[in-house]
This record gives sequence, C-alpha cells and structure tokens, in this order.
Amino acid sequence: MSLKQEEVFEKVKKVIVEGLGVSEELVKMESSYTDDLGADSLDTVELVMALEEEFGTEIADEDAEKLTTVTKTVEFILNKN
Amino acid sequence: MTPKRVVITGMGTVNPSGNSISEYWESLCMGQSNIKLIDSFDVSKYTTKFAGLIENYDFEQILDKKECRRLSKFILFGYAATLEAVNQSGLSIDKYADHVGVEIGSGIGGIDVLEKMTIALHERGPNKVSPFTVPMMIIDMISGFISIKTGAKGPNCSSVSACASGCHAMGNAFQMIKNGKAKAMITGGSESAITPIGLASFCAAKSLSQDNENCKTASKPFDLNRTGFVMSEGAGILIFEELDFALSRGATILAEVIGFGSSGDAYHITAPAPQGEGGARAMQLALEDASLTYKDIDYINAHGTSTKMNDMNETAAIKSIFKDYAYDIAISSTKSITGHLLGAAAAIEAIASILMIKNNCVIPTINYSTPDPDCDLNYTPNKVINKQINTIMSNSFGFGGHNAVIIIKNYT
Repeated sequence: MSLKQEEVFEKVKKVIVEGLGVSEELVKMESSYTDDLGADSLDTVELVMALEEEFGTEIADEDAEKLTTVTKTVEFILNKN
Repeated sequence: MTPKRVVITGMGTVNPSGNSISEYWESLCMGQSNIKLIDSFDVSKYTTKFAGLIENYDFEQILDKKECRRLSKFILFGYAATLEAVNQSGLSIDKYADHVGVEIGSGIGGIDVLEKMTIALHERGPNKVSPFTVPMMIIDMISGFISIKTGAKGPNCSSVSACASGCHAMGNAFQMIKNGKAKAMITGGSESAITPIGLASFCAAKSLSQDNENCKTASKPFDLNRTGFVMSEGAGILIFEELDFALSRGATILAEVIGFGSSGDAYHITAPAPQGEGGARAMQLALEDASLTYKDIDYINAHGTSTKMNDMNETAAIKSIFKDYAYDIAISSTKSITGHLLGAAAAIEAIASILMIKNNCVIPTINYSTPDPDCDLNYTPNKVINKQINTIMSNSFGFGGHNAVIIIKNYT
C-alpha cells in the first residue's frame, strides 16, 4: 500500500469499526461488508453516509452500490480526491 | 374452550426509582425517586425543567455499541427490563418459541429518533436521514426487537393508547393466554419521551407541574395544591403465563391476573369525561371480567397523575363504582414517587401492586398535605400501611379517552 492508500484505509477502518460495531482486527483491505463484516442492506446505507461525513464528499447511489469491499471503497475515495 | 387461568412469573424494570425490581421496591418503601432538573439538553426556556430520569444503567452491558447507538431509548429500556423479567421467570423461550408472544405498549415510542432525524433533514438534507429512522422510531419495534433478541415466535404486536398503553398491552396479553392463543407473553410498557420536543409538547399542553423549585415533591396526586404531572421515563415488563404451563415447568408464581376492562370516553382529546364516566365503565367491566364485586378489591392503584382534572374525575369514578366502600378502600398513586411514565406507567404500577400483595403493605401517596374537597377518599397519605392485600385494581387512562383497568390477585 502506498502512504496515501494506507492513510485512507485507516480512516475507512475507523468508520467501519464505529458504524458496524466490529473489532479493528477484523477489518482488512479484502473484507467484504456483507460476507466478512456482517453488514445488511441498511447497515451499508448508513456506512456510506458515515463515509461521506468522514471524507466531506458526496457518494452517488450508483457508486455506493459498487462499494462492496474495503478495497473498492479505498480506491473510490482515492480516485475521487 | 374453558378460559385458561393466567399467572405472572417474572417482572423487570428500569425506572427513576430503580434499575431493578429490588431497587424499585426499596425506593417505593422509602418514597425515593430520581426526579431532578434535566441536564441532558438546555431547559432554560422551558416552563418545566425537571423530570424522572434513568441514570447509571450501562446499556452496553446488554447490547453491543452499534445497537445502543441506533436504538431509541424506549427500546433499550424495554429490553433491559425484559432481561430481568425473563430471568426471574426461568422461562426457556427457545424451548417453547412458537408459544411465547410479545405485547408491549408505548405511548410515544421513538420520538428521540424522529427528532434527531428531523433536525438532520432540516439542516443537512434528505440524504442525511438514517435508514434506521423508521425502524427505530415505530412503536411496534419494541416487540419486534425483543422477539429477535429472545427468540419468542408467538403473537407479536404493540399496544398504543397514550398513558394507558401499558395496561392495554397487559390486557391484550392476558386475553391472548386466556383464550389459548399463547402459553406465555412478554408484556408491559416502555417510554422515553423526555427529549426537547417531547418536553416542549407537554409544557405547551399545560399538563406538567411547573414547580421547578420543589421538583422532588412536585408530584402530589389528590392534593389540593397539585399543579400537574411529572414526566418520567423507563419500562416495566412482566411475564404472563398460562397457569398449567407455568406449573408444569415448575415456575414460581408471583400473582394471578383475573380481569381486564377497557372503554372509550368519546368526549375530548385530552380531558377526561365528566365524573370519570368512561373510567368508571372500564372499572365495572374489569370487575365483571373477574367475576368479582367491588367489595372484593382490597387496594386501588390509581391513575392519580397529579393533574386537576384526572384526580378529580378518577375520584368521582371510584365513588360511582365502589359506593360507600370508596371511602374505606386503600387507594394510592405511586406516581407521587415515580413520576408519570406515560405508556410504561401501568406496567410499573402493576409491578408495585404485586409487590404490595407479596409484602402485605400499601405504598402511600407521598407529598400529600392539603385535602381537596373534590378528592375526599383514603389515598393512603405519606406512610406505608401494613395491611393484607389479596386483590388489587390498577387504573390507567390516556389522552384520547382510552380507559384500561386490570385486576390482579394473590395466587393461591
């Protein structure tokens, strides 16, 4: 991971830990929100809102649907900024 | 089908007078409550600045952080009380899942969630409204959530009738078991309306005591100088069971539910009908349901809110049903101690009444000093009275003209 990627990952991880109530060790780059972190459809909507808050950005619904893993989320945020 | 007998095997509570049944009973005997000035939000512009609050309960001990953050407080309170009640009953819900139902009432539900999300909508737009807004504010989610947590798969619903919600929930649970539709029911009420909008609404309706200087003694039901009710929060949960089912699993039986009556005033949105006519009919219907006469009742746990209108009209209603005996029967309003838990009031009052049966005493109406000519019955002023109590009647009346009355007796 590049420095930038590492930084974004740490921030995303913080949002996930808070939002989904999971332990930090569980959150890895390859983690899937639904398969690995126990999120349901409402959880993921809330998670996206929390990410918007954290990164001061808007995430459109069609983009949000594609953010199924931590990697995809980190990549999306890096490309957006 | 022969109607089934219905007994109570478990009780749990969090309320301003205690975060467990034992703490609650001790506070009732001592006349203690946690009625105090509100410091969770700015009350400087409110005409009433105090309430009965739940404090010192760590909900993260019973639910994970995520659930605590999302849930409306009335669901947290209800779940905490459920754990205590189920534990006391010793009921293995998993084993009888299809036969265990949930019927819990709330008057107002998740107004805390709705308020927070309305502010988010107003300040930051529709995309900032949580997907959990509706699921967390709807009143029936308390029964839904408790079924998810406990595994109870029987009948599942909620009762809503303002300050009578808890009594209607218990009445509905009673009838469910009596008619053979469930073996056990988790029932009672929960409320958490002490939020900026909740408090402002009741202030505007002029229902609340404004005695901010003397908030500890502001709840004075039936006293001439009563000035309104004192708003409180919390929950009371009871486990109702079919008698034979409870016996077969060796449960300890606390009391028996023997009658329920309900009626509507068809009169006014907030004021009770003159002479408490609707409340009186509910009392009569409960007596008939229990196959009793008024002389069989040893104690009345009054709705006794400490408002001018309620206490006067409830007194008239009691007189119309209990005739001359109205002047002798022990009556009290435990709201003088706990404050008014709205939709949870009936549940914590049923619990108080059951504890009075078990302990052979009457918990008094505290803060009582000046008799009101319109309220001239025996309200058991200020001091605990030792007295054998076999059968109790508990009254609950709600905005909208909903009247509900439950009769509970010592199990023999």
